[in-house]
Amino acid sequence: MTQRDFLLPDVGEGLIEADVVTWKVQVGDRVVLNQVLVDIESAKAIVELPSPYVGVVVALHAKEGDTVAVGSPLVTIEGEIEETPATSEKPQREAVLIGFGVAPEGDAPTTRTRRSTLAPSASRVDSPSTPTVSTGPASAVRAAPPVRQLAKQRGVDLATVNGTGPNGAITREDVERAVPNEATTAPKSPSVATRFVGRELASWDEGEREERIAIKGLLKVMADAMTESALSAPQAALWVRVDVSATVARLASLRANPAYADLRFSPLTLVAMAVVDAARHFPGINSFFDAAANEVVVKRFMNLGIAVNAQRGLLVPNVKNADQLDLLGMARALTDLSDRAREGKTTPEEMANGTFTITNIGPFGIDGAIPMLPLGTGAILCVGSVVKSPWVVDDQLVVRDVVEISMTFDHRHIDGALASSVLAHIAAYLREPPNN
Amino acid sequence: METESEQGLIQLLSPEGQRVTQGEYASSLNGDDVFKMYRDMVISRRIDSEATALQRQGELALWASLLGQEGAQVGAGWALRPNDFVFPSYREHAVAWCRGIPPSGMLRLFRAVSSGGWDPYEFNYSVPAIVLGSQVLHAVGYAMGIQRDGREDATMVFFGDGASSEGDTLEAFVWAASFNAPVVFFCQNNQFGISTPVTTQSRSPLYLRGPGFGFPGHRVDGNDPLAVYEVTKEALARARAGDGPTLIEAYTYRMGAHTTSDDPSRYRMGADVEKWRLRDPIERMKALLSREYGVTVDRFEEVREEAETVATELRSEILAMQATNPMEMFDHVYAHEHPRIDEGRRDLIELGLGKATS
Repeated sequence: MTQRDFLLPDVGEGLIEADVVTWKVQVGDRVVLNQVLVDIESAKAIVELPSPYVGVVVALHAKEGDTVAVGSPLVTIEGEIEETPATSEKPQREAVLIGFGVAPEGDAPTTRTRRSTLAPSASRVDSPSTPTVSTGPASAVRAAPPVRQLAKQRGVDLATVNGTGPNGAITREDVERAVPNEATTAPKSPSVATRFVGRELASWDEGEREERIAIKGLLKVMADAMTESALSAPQAALWVRVDVSATVARLASLRANPAYADLRFSPLTLVAMAVVDAARHFPGINSFFDAAANEVVVKRFMNLGIAVNAQRGLLVPNVKNADQLDLLGMARALTDLSDRAREGKTTPEEMANGTFTITNIGPFGIDGAIPMLPLGTGAILCVGSVVKSPWVVDDQLVVRDVVEISMTFDHRHIDGALASSVLAHIAAYLREPPNN
Repeated sequence: METESEQGLIQLLSPEGQRVTQGEYASSLNGDDVFKMYRDMVISRRIDSEATALQRQGELALWASLLGQEGAQVGAGWALRPNDFVFPSYREHAVAWCRGIPPSGMLRLFRAVSSGGWDPYEFNYSVPAIVLGSQVLHAVGYAMGIQRDGREDATMVFFGDGASSEGDTLEAFVWAASFNAPVVFFCQNNQFGISTPVTTQSRSPLYLRGPGFGFPGHRVDGNDPLAVYEVTKEALARARAGDGPTLIEAYTYRMGAHTTSDDPSRYRMGADVEKWRLRDPIERMKALLSREYGVTVDRFEEVREEAETVATELRSEILAMQATNPMEMFDHVYAHEHPRIDEGRRDLIELGLGKATS
């Protein structure tokens, strides 16, 4: 048995580091040659890294979201290949003509020979009967991939769980039982608190006095887009509080319908329907100010952008041709869109050509906000959290479900009257959602 | 757009693997030939995927994938005769395979252990040209040499739609036309010059440039190896007979990235890739072979296994390749000693990156 580190290679001609996006394997997994181990994001692209070794994964050296330096260990794989002792050394890397290479050892330019003893004929150890899994030091956990995924979502360390399934395998029920009580009520994903700018500190004394963070990746995308938005488009905002008790009741009945068990309904579903309906009545809101062409472009379709709080940061994918969707179609599209964003599967194509945007800050427990206008659109709607509030109905004070919605618009071509009409229309829709 | 792309397209095999006759050509290949062509495409694709994996594992500095262009390259490679001289760019791995170049040789440049990878005169196949369009001039110069030697051979040069915008390429067209040089210009239009769509670079179809310069131009379905073979064979015959140059535009699609440093999802739509996936050159040959020639699953499986063996051997050969002394790069710049080259040698030694060879 030999353990070998797969060092992060320079996959893009002169990269010095890359971010881990998604692990495709976990500790204990058996991998074959060229099986995809991980997606990494460099300054140039998101790429898949295939395994150079056959064997069992015994360690992942970085978490999703971590930045790893080129030449640092990414994953350790234990295989059954006899190797020269020199292999475990980690070669230093240095700049060569194209990108980075392995540094010469002393003055002998032959460092590549270290790996040359890998014999492909002996490298096939992917027979399922090979007892590697039970002998590996960190690979004793038995659990199916969906169960591992569940454990990850629930923040459960599988090594601490007793399996009750066949051969001691850990089942979904075992994982659910092991979920710490507070985890079910704590803010949703544990990663949410760590992905923002600046690491969470255990105490103020920890580490350096300043943490310097490179502005790149999604951070740079957000910075550039917001700067250009602020500097190019004069923006104004307005807001309204709405009694959405009827919307809340409607959602409850949809959720209770067993025919729709696979769909997720939230206030956002009906807000999206309201936005599409408003844009049909007032097309001017679904438009953008094309300064280069000296024209206002009014869209006869709506690609409805949704700001999603993904693991990697803020993403704004859009539902293509949202104007064509009925309520169920919208629920399905929004579920799919947010799932894909949270799983890191959103493509640049899904983020391109949005025509109107909704940002939903309700899940954070925030009442309202004045959002910034995404480039290439005319307006963005913000939905706050739905709260029980005192409300006056027929001169009586009653408790109703109330939400604040606000909208920022490009005041170069959209005036206050149009924006007000749109927001009032959306409010009316949510106050009494039509039966459709 | 679609109508323009189909304009003049020569095709003998539809994407579904049905024989068609679009243009004035007929297929002259028998079932054995078709099967061998299929085998060459499958093995080329496997070499390519192994090279991509090796790059992702840090064993190659860079790789330019040919994925999707196997039909154009194998069709053209088959049309060549041993005495013809080929000038490739950096993506013609399937042509190199047809010329008998060992796969490990193709990867040497990309592992930075050689500035070439093989002896050009052993295979009549030049080393890869990285500088866009430079090889087009070389090919015309070589063709003019063939003329002066009085030989009945031809040269064929490979370049892409991006290189078609280079001054070198267009000057080479002028020279070839003026001297009636025995050269075939084989342009693989894979739709993108890195990220720039061909429709941005050329407002009219590329094959129409031939007549503009005074020689024939043909547009062939680059994912149809049967058509590519016939069109190229005829163009090479013309060149050898002294009838001058021909431009062939093989209309195809680069299914992968420009190189391993590139992210094509930033500039093209997934729907286009899916559309072209249905036009795959290997799948259409497979459909023809099983329908018309009764080729069984077992024989396809044999080819797949052979390709796996080629990939396994390629991997072990690459991992065994030792870094060479970087000083070697100075050895082939000039035929004789040159003060600037000597200066370069001294600088590299001073920087500690090389050591004196003799």
